[in-house]
Amino acid sequence: MSIQSTISIKNTTKIFNQGSSNEVVALKDINLEIKPHEFVSLIGPSGCGKSTLLRLVADLIVPTVGEITVNGKSARRARVEQDYGFVFQAATLYDWRTVTKNVQLPLELMGYSREERKHKAQEMLELVELGDFGNHYPWQLSGGMQQRVSIARSLAFDPPILLMDEPFGALDEMTRERMNLELQNIWDRTDTTILFVTHSIPEAVFLSSRVVMLSPRPGRIAEIVDVDLPMPRINEAREDPHYFELVNHLRDTLRKIEGEDG
Amino acid sequence: MNFRRFWSDYAPAVILFVAVIAIWEGAVILFAIERFILPAPSAIWSNFVENFDRLVGIGWFTTKEALGGFFIGCTLGIGTALATARWLTVREALMPFAIAANSVPILAFAPIVNNWFGVDNPVSKMVIVAVIIFFPMMINTVRGLTLVDPAALELMRSYAASEFEILFKLRIPNALPYVFSGFKVAASLSMIGAVVSEFFGGNRQALGVFITQEAALFRFENSWSAIIIACFVGITFYLVILGIERISIPWHVSFREK
Repeated sequence: MSIQSTISIKNTTKIFNQGSSNEVVALKDINLEIKPHEFVSLIGPSGCGKSTLLRLVADLIVPTVGEITVNGKSARRARVEQDYGFVFQAATLYDWRTVTKNVQLPLELMGYSREERKHKAQEMLELVELGDFGNHYPWQLSGGMQQRVSIARSLAFDPPILLMDEPFGALDEMTRERMNLELQNIWDRTDTTILFVTHSIPEAVFLSSRVVMLSPRPGRIAEIVDVDLPMPRINEAREDPHYFELVNHLRDTLRKIEGEDG
Repeated sequence: MNFRRFWSDYAPAVILFVAVIAIWEGAVILFAIERFILPAPSAIWSNFVENFDRLVGIGWFTTKEALGGFFIGCTLGIGTALATARWLTVREALMPFAIAANSVPILAFAPIVNNWFGVDNPVSKMVIVAVIIFFPMMINTVRGLTLVDPAALELMRSYAASEFEILFKLRIPNALPYVFSGFKVAASLSMIGAVVSEFFGGNRQALGVFITQEAALFRFENSWSAIIIACFVGITFYLVILGIERISIPWHVSFREK
């Protein structure tokens, strides 16, 4: 291994309710190495364990078997030392905090000074183009804006890794495409390594440097596809013939997986 | 809020109130209802004005009992709820009893509590009020502390937040709306509790005692005047809590601009 992996997943298996009658093998023998500043998408039919894999990396759950290293340390230490920011499917903003206070939440927990918090939150809100909305409450914003606040919050403490669990799943197509561009832009301007769960093949191809296709029951890696489209990607990338090739190829793979499964 | 808006919001209620009073007054005159069955509103009002100073004194005595009981009951209820949020076993042990006790008519214990603390002692009424309020307060607060969005908890876990930080930055703010609905229930219950426990005996200058004694002497206008005071105190108490709620949790769903 020439470069140290930012995220290293070795022989990892996750079994829920082990030993009971409703035992589920969510993931089996997963091996995946993610290098610094990669953008990797996890994709696959529902129940393939892509969210489970993300949660294992985040140490929100622990593997049954296997070893996960994040930023050169155990997943647990990486969580405790705040090596990653996590973006959930729902924006998960706290109703009682204004937008800027929501972005400041991780900074408060990490002991930043009041001045630093204010400064950092404003900087992040400007990054997601919500600089004028700091004093609004979350419910005063649209769904897309709320999700942008949640991205600002996850970036506020400059984590080297961003873990995103279908962050744009609940948004309409237009907003989603704009958010994809913004995320590309953020990724391009920072050194962040991103692990991204989605159920949209076009989204995965557009954003990623690599797409990992998982198959269900038990969750295994079915295929890994390198996306060799030029970076940074702009809207024109969606019209590139090679983009279509990759999307179609992944669709075929997905169909094959679902055929075998069904 | 401008006058026009205020009027359009409250006009139906005001009209209904005036209508009920008018029908009441009319019915008393029309059917010549005896004053010991139902006095006319005008008769009650003139009695109320005449005895105002005395009624205020009586009302204040009972209000103090209600307020004392309210503070003791709320403090203990919220305190216990916070303890159960910290120690799960305490909650598992206490909650079934709290829910059961919440449906017990605690006022039935009033004569016994009067006996413990002395019939004339306002503390006996405060204790009854506190016990009545304790259970809804505790149950509401526990709900608020525990019914937290799982994703919000997972977010805290991703930040490796301590239990203490989760309590102060997530569970307690999440519980505030539940605590305020507890306060509103407790406000009404505290006045009811204080007045009714006085029915079983107490200081002569207290609302419950005054209402029963004057009724026994066929001075019903006096009883009715005391009831007006009790209503006024109860409603004021409720409105004060509503106002504090509005200031404390302006972010809550119920206060969002439509």
